[in-house]
Amino acid sequence: MTTRIFGSGIKRREDPRLITGEARYTDDIKLPGVLHMAVVRSPYAHANIVSIDSSAAEAMDGVVAVYTGDDIEGLAGLPTAWLIPDSDLKTPEHPALAKGKVRYVGDGVAIVLADDRYRAQDAADAVVVDYEELPAVIDPEEAAGEGAPLIHDDVEGNIAFRWVMGDRDASDAVFNGADVVVSERILQQRLLPTAMEPRAAMAQYNGATQELTLWCTSQNPHIHRFIISAVTGLNENKVRVIAPEVGGGFGSKIPCYPDEALVSWAAMKLGVPVKWTETRSENYLITIHGRDHVQHVEMAASNDGKLLGVRATVYAGMGGYLSTAAPGIPTILHGLLYVGPYTMDSVFCESIGVMTNGTPTDAYRGAGRPEATFLLERMVDNVARAIDMDPAELRRKNLIPAFEDGYEVATTLIYDSGDYPTAFEKALGMAGYDDFRQAQADALAEGRYLGIGVTAYTEMCGLGPSQVAGAVGFQGGLWESATVRVTPTGKVQALIGASPHGQGSETTLAQIISEELGFPVEDIEVVHGDTTETPMGWGTYGSRTTPVTGAALAHASRKLKEKARVLAAHLMEANVDDIEYADGSFSVKGSPDQAQSIQDVALMAHLAWNMPEGMDPGFEESQFYDPPNFVYPFGTHIAIVEVDADTGEIELQRYIAVDDCGPQINPEIVAGQIHGGVVQGAAQALCEGAIYSDDGQLLTGSMMDYCMPKADMFPNFELGETVTPSPHHPVGVKGVGETGTIASTPTVYNAVLDALAPLGVKQIDMPLTSAKVWGAIQSARS
Amino acid sequence: MWPNKFDYARAGSVDEALGLIGDEGKFLAGGHSLLPVMKLRLAAPEQLVDIGGIDSLRGISANGGLTIGATTTHAEIADSSDVQAICSALASACGQVGDQAVRNFGTIGGNIAHADPASDPPTVLVACGATVNIQGADGARSVGAEDFFADLFETALDDGELITSVSLPDLSDHQMAYAKFPHPASRYAIVGVCVALKMDGGTCEHAHVAVGGATVKAVKCRGAEAALAGSTLDDAAVGAAAEAVKADIADWLAGDIAYPETYRQQMAGVFLKRAIAAATG
Repeated sequence: MTTRIFGSGIKRREDPRLITGEARYTDDIKLPGVLHMAVVRSPYAHANIVSIDSSAAEAMDGVVAVYTGDDIEGLAGLPTAWLIPDSDLKTPEHPALAKGKVRYVGDGVAIVLADDRYRAQDAADAVVVDYEELPAVIDPEEAAGEGAPLIHDDVEGNIAFRWVMGDRDASDAVFNGADVVVSERILQQRLLPTAMEPRAAMAQYNGATQELTLWCTSQNPHIHRFIISAVTGLNENKVRVIAPEVGGGFGSKIPCYPDEALVSWAAMKLGVPVKWTETRSENYLITIHGRDHVQHVEMAASNDGKLLGVRATVYAGMGGYLSTAAPGIPTILHGLLYVGPYTMDSVFCESIGVMTNGTPTDAYRGAGRPEATFLLERMVDNVARAIDMDPAELRRKNLIPAFEDGYEVATTLIYDSGDYPTAFEKALGMAGYDDFRQAQADALAEGRYLGIGVTAYTEMCGLGPSQVAGAVGFQGGLWESATVRVTPTGKVQALIGASPHGQGSETTLAQIISEELGFPVEDIEVVHGDTTETPMGWGTYGSRTTPVTGAALAHASRKLKEKARVLAAHLMEANVDDIEYADGSFSVKGSPDQAQSIQDVALMAHLAWNMPEGMDPGFEESQFYDPPNFVYPFGTHIAIVEVDADTGEIELQRYIAVDDCGPQINPEIVAGQIHGGVVQGAAQALCEGAIYSDDGQLLTGSMMDYCMPKADMFPNFELGETVTPSPHHPVGVKGVGETGTIASTPTVYNAVLDALAPLGVKQIDMPLTSAKVWGAIQSARS
Repeated sequence: MWPNKFDYARAGSVDEALGLIGDEGKFLAGGHSLLPVMKLRLAAPEQLVDIGGIDSLRGISANGGLTIGATTTHAEIADSSDVQAICSALASACGQVGDQAVRNFGTIGGNIAHADPASDPPTVLVACGATVNIQGADGARSVGAEDFFADLFETALDDGELITSVSLPDLSDHQMAYAKFPHPASRYAIVGVCVALKMDGGTCEHAHVAVGGATVKAVKCRGAEAALAGSTLDDAAVGAAAEAVKADIADWLAGDIAYPETYRQQMAGVFLKRAIAAATG
């Protein structure tokens, strides 16, 4: 029995090797003669480096070399690769090792290369660095204010960019004329991405061929190749980047980091392989953080519940340096989402990117869109309260009606397809919304505090049209390419430029090919993560692998199918127009006995004994695919909570998620993506948050203090679906990697604030720890 | 996670362990407190003397009260029918330490030697009047649990001394409970409250109360004990005890960035009530 059914929840084909521990990650790869790199990191958030004495370290057993920032010659600074136009963007230099000054705790000041990881660490501890500590600033709004310490001399006022979307005067006119304006200062706290596998990098340089191989934890090895080539000066065709098994990323393995550049440089300098693997403590200090916005938000509405406009001033913390894609996150991926699923005509956003003495921020699951969806949904609830309308009813009144092919909104985006009201009513029905309101009132009479939160959302993913990428300053394309290669024995290798790292794409992409060509899924291998083995691609992020790579594979498969049809007709001496295809088999109309399986055809194409005139041998096709638009999944999420007023503890009792990502290739994998996304987003509302001391020390530097979500914090999720195909995708699918994270944070937050409303609590900064909830209850009561 | 260099020796007996231990040495039992701080280089002992193979240090004996060997694991204590009968709150507390893998390795002796203020077993030991039995080069001595826990990560142990066992009185005629408010990140106690109530009909003859998690060490709460003793555990008495417990721990409060001292102090009152309800329920 073969499995090839599009839409069936077959088990993830990558799981056996992952769950048995047989998968090979970067750190598992052993090379003879490898040197281990340890990095001496700044203990200060902001300080001048007065002197570095590495003599003791250099004298220690097994130590081959110690290098400081001044020793690193021939290695360019790390580039910022999203250059937002019309924003007065400054891109301060980001040397791989600090020169003269450190700008966050963890900033590298020296590297030690030794024959053993323990000895490398001992020597790193023996490097004596004399610092002159400087005042530090962590809060982005404070960093943009008067008198804040200057972090980069060439970034005046610490303002790296100022991006404006919309017309301020037009926004003023709407807000000045509105019946109701609500406002809130929203803190989008810093989050630590916490992939299960920390980052790692190992480089090997062959001096004879001048070829560098870099194994690293990357979501986009082709982008890493491009950047490593740029910073080392090696020709791009002499750099091979391999992303072996990668244990999660959530965006944190998109950027090219100093560590990857340093192992490459040291391997070239010393002529031996160099390896570095991050500890979890380092991971929390130096791998990018997410979010970190201070937002001043307003929403205007009429008394009868028409949403008129939203606007925000956003101070987005960039940390000590501008990471690879950082400027694009609180701008393009944020402001353009301000309309959400509503018929709202006025949007305005001023997003100010601010250098701080925190760890650099960059894309973290959802990247800009959760921060937009949260402020929108939070303000809709505030409007509902201000005009005394049920928040679900307010949403219902403002949802964009169903559309099948294109709907332009005030942010200039053209949504591809949507049926928001159907998903919304389905979710409300599953939750029993009206009955809940009665149960809530009954509970309140007993002194129990129940709350419900409803989020309607749509989001932009499947990044995206390259022309748009260029227009918004993304220093790359956003197409993908893929090759479907069939061996003589009828086995398939699908070579893709994207680099999945836990999403289950080896299964879903195989299902697409299987659907198109009839090969059983188990005969299809998806090959990824090696710039030499795979065609060019821009990587796995932004819920784009299924929408973009999946489309490339579908088109490549269709080319092969057409070739197969012609060859099958030739072999059966029939007219091509008389060839029928079903279930991996080509037959002649009216002569069902005569048939050629796809495997037969593949073999004959390879043998090339009897080809039609003009047909080339082989059975392989490639496709470059540049999507004509983004895809816009959507849905409605609902959370029901109970708050214990004695302790401030929150119990998440029910979570309902109705999502529409078009036709589901594999419902089990879709559910897994939603489950994980909801947990990650709900955790932002409930428990996750990086906290710094005033002098820039990360106080949540381990999982003892940084609260990762745990399974027992969540009920069984109740999932529903609607199916609205994307009109521009060959199989109609949309991305689903980030929807859970985008929708769940406001859903859970609003549920908690709904529960606390009778107590008079109106706002609490996330995360909603029991201590903060309890404190807010006490303040409201007094 | 790269600890500093250290020497390792495995002892076959208590005497051998006491002979092996050097000035900068540490005893290693389950390793679940010591090894993490070594990996973070927060501790760098030059020598570890492994006592995990010393049979005489392991096991539970019921002899009127309880004697629990120092290298007995949390899991063994939690699962012990003797402990459940004689001091059920200790079984409960040990069953809430870490996760199952931690409980299978971590030991009672290692736990109390480390003296993490947010750990669960010390609170029960202090409430219940346990005794810590210690062996040193100069002989054996016993210290009451209340005196054993001196301060944050500080105990009455002198250098080179080894905990051999913990003794508990027979509290099988008490109604008891350990009520824990776990920290969402670490699952250590934000506050943990142990109560043991000797009831005579509906009247509380006497009460044992201790609080941990909210404090730098497990604290015996005599004010709360007095408020409960002689009462019928009515709302007024329980309310008075909940107020008294906050005063009992006022000099010893601890907190962190997310759950500050004031909050934990208030929660001690809430969880005292919950512990009483659980003990009598």
